[in-house]
Amino acid sequence: MTVQLDARPPAAPATGPRRRSTGRLSRLDTRYSPYLYIAPFFLLFAVFGAYPLVYTFWVSLHDWDLLGTDHPFVGAENYTRLLADADFWHALVNTMGIFVISTVPQLLAALWLANLLNRGLRGRTGWRMAVLVPNVTSTAAVAIVFGVLFGREFGMINWMLDLVGVDAIEWKSNRLASWVAISTMVDWRWTGYNALILLAAMQAIPRDLYEAAAIDGAGRARQFWSVTVPMLKPTILFCTIIATIGGLQLFTEPRMFNSGTNPIRGGPLRESQTLTMYMFENAFAPHYNFGYGSAVAWLLFALIAVVAAVNVLVLRRLGGSRPGARKGVTR
Amino acid sequence: MSRLWRASPLTYLALVVAGGLSVFPIWWMFVVASRTNDAMGQLPPPITPGGNLGANISRLFDNTDAYFLTGLINSTVVATTVTVSVVFFSSLAGFAFAKLRFRGRNALLLVIIATMMVPTQLGVIPLYMLMSKLQWNDRLPAVIVPVLVTGFGVFMMRQYAGQAISDELIEAARMDGCGTARIWWHVVVPALRPAAAVLGLLTFMTTWNDFLWPYAVLNDPANPTVQLSLRALSDGYYQDMSQVFTGTAIATLPLLLVFVLFGRQIIGGIMEGAVKA
Repeated sequence: MTVQLDARPPAAPATGPRRRSTGRLSRLDTRYSPYLYIAPFFLLFAVFGAYPLVYTFWVSLHDWDLLGTDHPFVGAENYTRLLADADFWHALVNTMGIFVISTVPQLLAALWLANLLNRGLRGRTGWRMAVLVPNVTSTAAVAIVFGVLFGREFGMINWMLDLVGVDAIEWKSNRLASWVAISTMVDWRWTGYNALILLAAMQAIPRDLYEAAAIDGAGRARQFWSVTVPMLKPTILFCTIIATIGGLQLFTEPRMFNSGTNPIRGGPLRESQTLTMYMFENAFAPHYNFGYGSAVAWLLFALIAVVAAVNVLVLRRLGGSRPGARKGVTR
Repeated sequence: MSRLWRASPLTYLALVVAGGLSVFPIWWMFVVASRTNDAMGQLPPPITPGGNLGANISRLFDNTDAYFLTGLINSTVVATTVTVSVVFFSSLAGFAFAKLRFRGRNALLLVIIATMMVPTQLGVIPLYMLMSKLQWNDRLPAVIVPVLVTGFGVFMMRQYAGQAISDELIEAARMDGCGTARIWWHVVVPALRPAAAVLGLLTFMTTWNDFLWPYAVLNDPANPTVQLSLRALSDGYYQDMSQVFTGTAIATLPLLLVFVLFGRQIIGGIMEGAVKA
């Protein structure tokens, strides 16, 4: 099913004679009622969506503090202070690090899983549900559970590593290890979801492409890399963008992974503080500096936009997409 | 449909591993929730349920830091209200975008799609200030009202209405003298039922699960959502892990129930959306 955005030919001229139509009232209805139906969304969006967006920028140009009675205009000062703050860069590196080591394996695993699910299976729905179930659990709950699994003393992960002769890893106080632990949670949650989206796209690939490839002597692996993957490119791009928007906003997992004093700092030395956590630390408890927090929010937004654009460019370059390859999946 | 390769035993083995990794943390959560705290120190860790669930639950509901019962009630109220509202308003707006012709339709639809791209974080601070002005801080309207209708919901309903409702049917109803509102009620609502079910399920789960915005705006520990109760449990200074895990298990249970009952529809919704979006 493709989506049609254009106007269809008018069904009936509004001025023509109609059977049993109430004339003027019906004309008013046809003309104005659509606006009534879409009004709730736009009203709500205006108040709770558009206004906060614009206002965030306004606030970010002020020295705006919860308890301050006046909010002097300071121009770009929040931004310059931010760019000079080592903790900001530290959080940025954490966010990008966690994003990269979670997104890449996640999408590769999802591709592999989708390929498995795309075979003639017994109990198809059961397998699909099994891989999707992580996605429907409570994020905060799962982060607590994983925090225990990654415990230093009694954590199951270290116990298993010990079985194969690896020394206990400090999952919470080693920076890179905490990134891996948090990435594991993210991957656990999203791999199955992405696999189902890729599976749907795989099933939309025309059969004759595979038949042609088989006639040309391509084996199973060759067919996967030469037919399936190129045809899936728009969907892979879609999954990457979604993972980017989600990954760079990461908050709940790292916040709940850290407990004890000041968990919003992401560990005693900010080992796993993400940008959103950094924003919260400055905008709400303990600092309540709205102006500074708003500047962080805008930089985060800019970062997401830039990384998403880079994704698009990189994936477009890989194997140069032909116009014919963009079919059916994600407009 | 592309040709299906036959699944080999190896495929099944790989799927068992993947499925096992997916299910294990959830299973283990319930195991710990049903045991005493000694289970946390045991290696190898126990992987079968014990008989201590009742005691853990009563400790959890007696815990004066977590307000767990209030959290459960609040989450139920919030998720139910938001779900009903999102489904209702989205089906109205989705119908208008899919089947009615009005000036500015495509531009307005693009606005809706654009709103889906904007991260929540960007508006959190002014939204918090707005809630202070409205005196909604620490109160449920703060987490209900902003999401009474969502761009995702409108867009999903529009996609479905576009293919599920024929123009002839609407035209015929018009000829019979039905106004737009009656068409919506008699023609659109019955046709949208399957999509409304999926949207309702997804909305309920998302809302139940939401953490970031409630965390920002509901600062009163005595009036949390269930996810914030979990935060209070896990940030506490006591090492009563079986109690904490009982909390996580109860907070996850409604989601798992919905998934077990309607998993097929949810999977269908995700996969359909992938091909059509």
